Amino acid sequence: MSTTYESGEAFEPDDQAADEAPGYETTEGRVFTVTGGDWDTITVDPTVANERIVINMGPQHPSTHGVLRLILELEGENVQAATCGIGYLHTGIEKNLEYRTWTQAPTFVTRMDYLTSFFNETAYSLAVEKLLGITDDIPDRATVIRVILMELNRVASHLVALGTGALELGGLTAALFGFRERELVLDLFELITGLRMNHAFIRPGGVAQDLPDTDDKGVDMKVRIQEVIDLLRVRFKDTANLLVDNTIWMGRTSGIGYLDLTGCMALGITGPILRATGYPWDARKETPYCGYENYEFDVITATTADSYGRFLIRIDEMKQSLNIVEQALDHLQPGPVMVADPKIAWPAQLALGTDGMGNSLEHIRQIMGTSMEALIHHFKLVTEGYSVPVGQAFQVVESPKGELGCHVVSHGGTKPYRVHFRDPSFNNLQSVSAMCEGGMVADVVAAVASIDPVMGGVDR
Amino acid sequence: MTQDTGGSQSEGTVVPVSAVDLGLSPVADTLGVRQGAFGASGSGDTSGFGGLTRPIEMPGASPRPYGGYFDAVADELELALADAGVPAEAAIEKIVIDRDEMTMYVRREHLLAVAQELRDEPGLRFEICHSVSGVHYPADTDRELHSVIHLLSMTHKRRIRVEVTCPESDQHIPSVTGVWASADWHERETWDMFGIIFDGHPGLTRILMPDDWPGHPQRKDYPLGGIPVEYKGATIPAPDQRRSYN
Repeated sequence: MSTTYESGEAFEPDDQAADEAPGYETTEGRVFTVTGGDWDTITVDPTVANERIVINMGPQHPSTHGVLRLILELEGENVQAATCGIGYLHTGIEKNLEYRTWTQAPTFVTRMDYLTSFFNETAYSLAVEKLLGITDDIPDRATVIRVILMELNRVASHLVALGTGALELGGLTAALFGFRERELVLDLFELITGLRMNHAFIRPGGVAQDLPDTDDKGVDMKVRIQEVIDLLRVRFKDTANLLVDNTIWMGRTSGIGYLDLTGCMALGITGPILRATGYPWDARKETPYCGYENYEFDVITATTADSYGRFLIRIDEMKQSLNIVEQALDHLQPGPVMVADPKIAWPAQLALGTDGMGNSLEHIRQIMGTSMEALIHHFKLVTEGYSVPVGQAFQVVESPKGELGCHVVSHGGTKPYRVHFRDPSFNNLQSVSAMCEGGMVADVVAAVASIDPVMGGVDR
Repeated sequence: MTQDTGGSQSEGTVVPVSAVDLGLSPVADTLGVRQGAFGASGSGDTSGFGGLTRPIEMPGASPRPYGGYFDAVADELELALADAGVPAEAAIEKIVIDRDEMTMYVRREHLLAVAQELRDEPGLRFEICHSVSGVHYPADTDRELHSVIHLLSMTHKRRIRVEVTCPESDQHIPSVTGVWASADWHERETWDMFGIIFDGHPGLTRILMPDDWPGHPQRKDYPLGGIPVEYKGATIPAPDQRRSYN
């Protein structure tokens, strides 16, 4: 059945002879519209069938990880050229930050790469702390909580990468497993921060709130996290059993999306793609932050430099992350979770009242009943915020997708002068051409899935 | 800006002045003076903070020794540039060490030579161009637009920042895509957001904004617009025109 429509005219099937390709002429050449199952109507004409065809895959395509647009030039099913079109999710977060206080920014940056919220918040917070000169004053407990949240977040992000990657190649069971396990992690996030995604929990100076003592059923929080870790370890075996030695999975991913070390270096690729070439670069090991030098973990590598290698790396990195969380739980000592300087630290801690979460009653009693100065101080910090000394700082954290960089410039005011995020997905997407050209169109999906781009971070 | 808000909000608070006028040390880069406590003047400030003036001083050139690996980087680069026939004083405007980070201000005429040495010299080996982005300093006369390049040397585990400036009247900076292919999209974004034209870039087109978008949104002089909210005859102006803390 033909599905070509000429603008403004009703479709009449008798317009086209059976042996002639449908379509209409434009200044750019002849344009065809096919919607599935009707490819034959184009290829009946041999001159058209041998032509190079430009296909727009996305921005609304279920296999392109959100609103990524791939412009593919095909000869038959062979990809001759692959280009990315991005910007469909541009939200102007960087510009927005220039009109908010330093404390309000985590609420925005957490929405950049929404699968790696805690990494965005940490990169921003560490950069601002560097500008403030309070890096060494951050309480240990806050840093350890950051590490716990980041590593759990890495697990959640990798589970989505594996789940959606498998789904796009037809592995529905693996996708369900991935999202089932991610739910366990998101439940922990909800218990700790109150939100499942987009937490705005890690802030310059520390974290917004201490870990709760118990979970919703009265189980000690450390015990609860340990239970989830133990359950995840068992469940990871399900996913591994399903895919690691799966002939179909290997057939779809082995040798696909190949990018060797030279390519990675030229294109600035970091994260699992780089480690799949056998180069063990991990910012947590090489340029440590948040005390990562105190944790024992392995940097996982593969030598195949293809989609399959990246898949294996993600599986094993999740296990390493769980090891780090376990060690962090051991390191966790009681203490403050926000820097002591009252000119920077948020004045009130939240508490659960009879009408829901709000400022702690103790604090309200103090500022409303006993100290006018404390009330003024609270008001000034919340409405005006604090000033950050003039200068610029750059901080890199190892996000699940690669090196996430945050460049912050301050002009001495209560708002950032400029914030730029170097999102790993943005940089890594540049490798689509190198990975996909010369391959088959079906392999584009496997290659893009192994890059694991999240458009919220790419477009910001 | 999009609308006139009655003239009361029109003055900015950052006043460009030279360091000499203020009697400040020429080491710091003074980018202006912050006045008052609020982002708008003339709106009846009764807070008593209206007389506040604070100079905006970016950290200036640092004297030797720089400390850490910064001395080694500077020495290696000077030697490499000398070998390449480029005098280091001409290429490198100044080196700023601040908050344990090294910023190298490179003159745009020599950017490509410096970039090539930074990548290829065995003692430097900055093989990864981490990111290229822009910052707009309208008060930095004749060098309003800065292109900020963050480099990473995996070989030596070092990170440095290279900053290149250009005036708004001649917004050209050579593209480093020939040295680091990864700069491609980053430079397109910087062009899109700041209007810096990277000469020699293979396809300098908009990347985040639509192709037919007018202006460069992250410049400080880009009008924010916004819809004026009217209430009993008064309107709330756009965020950059609004009275707020600064």
